[in-house]
Amino acid sequence: MKMLIAIIKPFKLEEVREALTGLGIQGLTVSEVKGFGRQKGQTEIYRGAEYAVNFLPKVKIEAVLDDALVGRAVEAVQKAASTGKIGDGKIFITDISHAVRIRTGETGTEAL
Amino acid sequence: MPAFPSGVRRLSAALAVAQAAALLPAVAIAADDKPKIDSGDTAWMIVATALVLLMSIPGLALFYAGMVRKKNVLATTAQTLATVALVSVLWVVVGYSLAFTSGTSVIGDLSRFLMAGLKMDGVHEAAKTVPENVFMMFQLTFAAITPAIVIGAAADRIKFSAMLWFMGLWLLAVYCPVAHWVWGGGFLQKAGVLDFAGGIVVHINAGVAGLVLALVLGPRRGYPADNMAPHNLVLTVAGVSMLWVGWFGFNAGSAVAADARAGMAMTVTHVAAATAALAWMFAEWATMGRPSVLGIASGAVAGLGTITPASGYVGVGAALVIGLVAGLACFYASTTFKRRMGYDDSLDVFGVHGVGGFIGTVMAGVFATSVIAGPEVKGLIEGNGQQVLTQLYGIACAVALSAIGTWVILKIIDVTIGLRVTPEQEIEGLDINLHGETVH
Repeated sequence: MKMLIAIIKPFKLEEVREALTGLGIQGLTVSEVKGFGRQKGQTEIYRGAEYAVNFLPKVKIEAVLDDALVGRAVEAVQKAASTGKIGDGKIFITDISHAVRIRTGETGTEAL
Repeated sequence: MPAFPSGVRRLSAALAVAQAAALLPAVAIAADDKPKIDSGDTAWMIVATALVLLMSIPGLALFYAGMVRKKNVLATTAQTLATVALVSVLWVVVGYSLAFTSGTSVIGDLSRFLMAGLKMDGVHEAAKTVPENVFMMFQLTFAAITPAIVIGAAADRIKFSAMLWFMGLWLLAVYCPVAHWVWGGGFLQKAGVLDFAGGIVVHINAGVAGLVLALVLGPRRGYPADNMAPHNLVLTVAGVSMLWVGWFGFNAGSAVAADARAGMAMTVTHVAAATAALAWMFAEWATMGRPSVLGIASGAVAGLGTITPASGYVGVGAALVIGLVAGLACFYASTTFKRRMGYDDSLDVFGVHGVGGFIGTVMAGVFATSVIAGPEVKGLIEGNGQQVLTQLYGIACAVALSAIGTWVILKIIDVTIGLRVTPEQEIEGLDINLHGETVH
């Protein structure tokens, strides 16, 4: 099993969700995060005092998948989340060694 | 000088009248003896009192709360709330007496200590158609908001205990004397200084004290490089809105009557606020690229503070000019000037109230017109240039007491209990350290 972690622009969340569920992925976790990459932040000004805001709001999606789906999932997310401009985000893949469905006790890919 | 004989004659005449009056129990007392309480004036003054109190709680409390960082928001609101409570008690015990009894030219006496001698049907000289208790309460709300304004300069770094001591001592040693000088029959009033609703007594007084406070306390840790952005400007806008509306009570209420003078004061107050808001907004748009909500709000407050001393003496045309100058000058004072001078007046007490109060007080001397202010009052536009000099004299006296008095009080507190929180408390936040509370 693999975990797909995608950091995307917040307004792309719906598109990416649809792309993943379209592949048959049945669950995912979403969190609101802050971060920066090559996209620089904005400058805020309060009564003449300028503050550079370095962190931008992003959305992080985590989905645990069967190894067989990973390639198509990455492609689907990249296509759905892309705007072509700096700040589109990144996708990471990590290994998952174990999974359990709490209600039934199923393990492994049965739990996904 | 024929003193004794004519005195006896007058006394005999009075005794005769008194005897005659005593024999006719149903006849009313001579017209000049009984104050004529006007129910219209009284009703308005009760409402005005409530409006001005609303300016402090929650107007000023929200205005400041929104501008500080989240970790200090409760401490900031606690300061305003506690100040109102403390000043209220001190005012009815001794503050009102020190400010508004005749006493000397410099300070009142203790004849109204704990409201001694306050009669249900009595009035104060300054408001003859309104019961004295209403006048006293109206003045209480002014006494409460002035020190509450000052504390904005100490945001994010003053100890709560030090703040309480400062508020109490400052009220009695600085506010009450200045109020007495300008409104309570003191030497500035006798000299003809015009201050309709508190350009000197409230705004210059608070502004100068705020500057001294900011200088004595020193800047916030991390100022000016760290991000100290306002944590919730919605609170600030809510606060400014309450200040704007409440200011009708502040200025129109200072007419102590429900009449055209009050109506005109309300009008010029509103016009100045609106003009100054636009002026600040456009100035910021032009110089910094974008018009900020904080700028529009700050501009409105600048206009309101600046028109205050002139509000009962000038017309709409003057209000437009005053608003324009207020917006531009206070914008400059709160941004470029403050940055260049390097002091940390966290909430621009001096930049908005001090500078605004000064401009407004001078403008009162320029634009005062007898058409609105009554036959004895003329400004520069009616040929009386002396009024401007009188205004400057009043300003100088108030600045001197405010600056020196504030400095002395702060030094005393600093040497005894200390003014500032520890660096750890400042970094972690005042809410959790001073009050054991947070907004999550």
